[in-house]
Amino acid sequence: METYSFLRHLADSWFLLAMTLGFLGLCLWAYRPGSRAAHDEIASSIFRNDDRPADPTKPTNRKEA
Amino acid sequence: MWDYVKLAVLGLIALCAAIAANYARDLAYMVNAITVMLAAGLAFLWVLRRVGEPNPHNPNEYMDGVVRAGAIATAFWGVVGFLVGVVIATQLAFPQLNFEWLQGYDNFGRLRPLHTSAVIFAFGGNALIMSSFYIVQRTSAARLFGGNLGWFVFWGWQLVIVLAATGYVLGASQGKEYAEPVWYVDILITVVWVAFLITFMGTLFKRKEPHIYVANWFLLSMILTVAMLHLVNNAAIPVSIFGSAQVQLYSGVQDAMVQWWYGHNAVGFFLTAGFLGMMYYFVPKQAERPVYSYKLSIIHFWALIFLYIWAGPHHLHFTALPDWASTLGMVFSVILWMPSWGGMINGLMTLSGAWDKLRTDPIIRMMVVSIGFYGMSTFEGPMMSIKAVNSLSHYTDWTIGHVHSGALGWNGMITFGVLYFLVPRLWNREGLYSLKLVSWHFWLATIGIVLYASAMWVSGIMEGLMWREVDANGFLVNAFADTVVAKFPMYVVRALGGLLFLSGALIMCYNLWMTVRAQPARATQHSAVPAE
Repeated sequence: METYSFLRHLADSWFLLAMTLGFLGLCLWAYRPGSRAAHDEIASSIFRNDDRPADPTKPTNRKEA
Repeated sequence: MWDYVKLAVLGLIALCAAIAANYARDLAYMVNAITVMLAAGLAFLWVLRRVGEPNPHNPNEYMDGVVRAGAIATAFWGVVGFLVGVVIATQLAFPQLNFEWLQGYDNFGRLRPLHTSAVIFAFGGNALIMSSFYIVQRTSAARLFGGNLGWFVFWGWQLVIVLAATGYVLGASQGKEYAEPVWYVDILITVVWVAFLITFMGTLFKRKEPHIYVANWFLLSMILTVAMLHLVNNAAIPVSIFGSAQVQLYSGVQDAMVQWWYGHNAVGFFLTAGFLGMMYYFVPKQAERPVYSYKLSIIHFWALIFLYIWAGPHHLHFTALPDWASTLGMVFSVILWMPSWGGMINGLMTLSGAWDKLRTDPIIRMMVVSIGFYGMSTFEGPMMSIKAVNSLSHYTDWTIGHVHSGALGWNGMITFGVLYFLVPRLWNREGLYSLKLVSWHFWLATIGIVLYASAMWVSGIMEGLMWREVDANGFLVNAFADTVVAKFPMYVVRALGGLLFLSGALIMCYNLWMTVRAQPARATQHSAVPAE
């Protein structure tokens, strides 16, 4: 089969399916159990370390949520 | 040792540029070669005077010098870009302004790419580089990676702008919309962009925070996608290494499709994903509350990534492009409406519980209007991509109105908001010089955009209807020149709207200048407190 037909076929069959499933999987992953705490923690991470980088002597800069 | 390598490379570049200027086959190439020679020479002197000085990079401080430079460059190129926009808008209304004595240099055709590149790549590009460097350091709690590489990105980008701008006026263009820079400028863009990617990724790699905040996802996707688009769309063979002309690798409809795959994703990733990265960081910061829904931001991100890349063919409805391709483009454009509005809702709802700030804080007002325009143009765009609507709107001023409500409203307003947010912080000042002037800027800009967009709607729809009007015998009623005459009043209103927008930006520059000059320094109460 010529390259064009092969790619065209792949694009609107298996690859389309794979991408749709991949997208839905990523969306579902966002709603996994226990994600709320993690997301709240990330969303509020922008409110620290405003003035200087984290102290290198500490392993992470995580505050109690 | 490293300094000597730099000196050798810079000296070599200056020498090669001098030789290139000598053998130049056209004026634009010669001027560009001389510019490169001067830039390399200045950089050479700068490095030479600092050989052997100790490394100024303190890992316990953020690298904000380059962000400050970015803020200045953003404001400067913004004013330049808006000014050229007002000039060409006036030229369209009054063609006498294509002066005879400047024939070939200040014509609309030469200045138009100058305007688009200045606002998108100089104003928007500097805003993106500045915000990326600011955001990635704060959200990673780490100093920018790569030492002076950030400065190389900044100055390299300014050089790209100057080379492209002088080239356009002197006639160097590869004739691809938003990808006009010629082959050697394209190579420089690639080098600078890869350096940008390395600084950004490097900072993410050495982050102290466990997670990568969502704004960085948007910014990183912008950097990666623009790199891919740039490489594919600019594939060309130079006619001579001493000239600015080149031949595209693709031809015909393939070239058109590659061009609009590039063109639409430049909008989608440069002007949307990148600026959404700014939105997801600066709006929560200014509102002092976390983003409304982090989950929604994840879905917003992946939906944009999966959908945007297919929307390009809607620029080529009713052309030689196969029907299935333009239908595909239309369908994906319409689907794109949903995640865009998801993002808009996410941005707006970040203010829930803090709506009173709209009354007291003109910066928040600017950001909210910007998100509103994002929502409006991401509704208008999908609608215009539908073939039935496109048959009326295509090639008319409606398209220009759509682009400007997105560019002035969304990109412009969010960038102004970010500048107002950043300047007092970067220069360690106690708040802005004048909130009243911010309000003036806000209203001038908003009224300017409304005048601009409504003039272009009226003009575009009128033009589309006039073009398709046929009499009882099936003959076209209007000549093309009839539409040009009919559009005159709208063109004057459009130029007026642009002028208002430009005046607002000038007021902003004055306000930011006075913030740095006249405002008292912020008490550094944090200096004694540990970083946490």
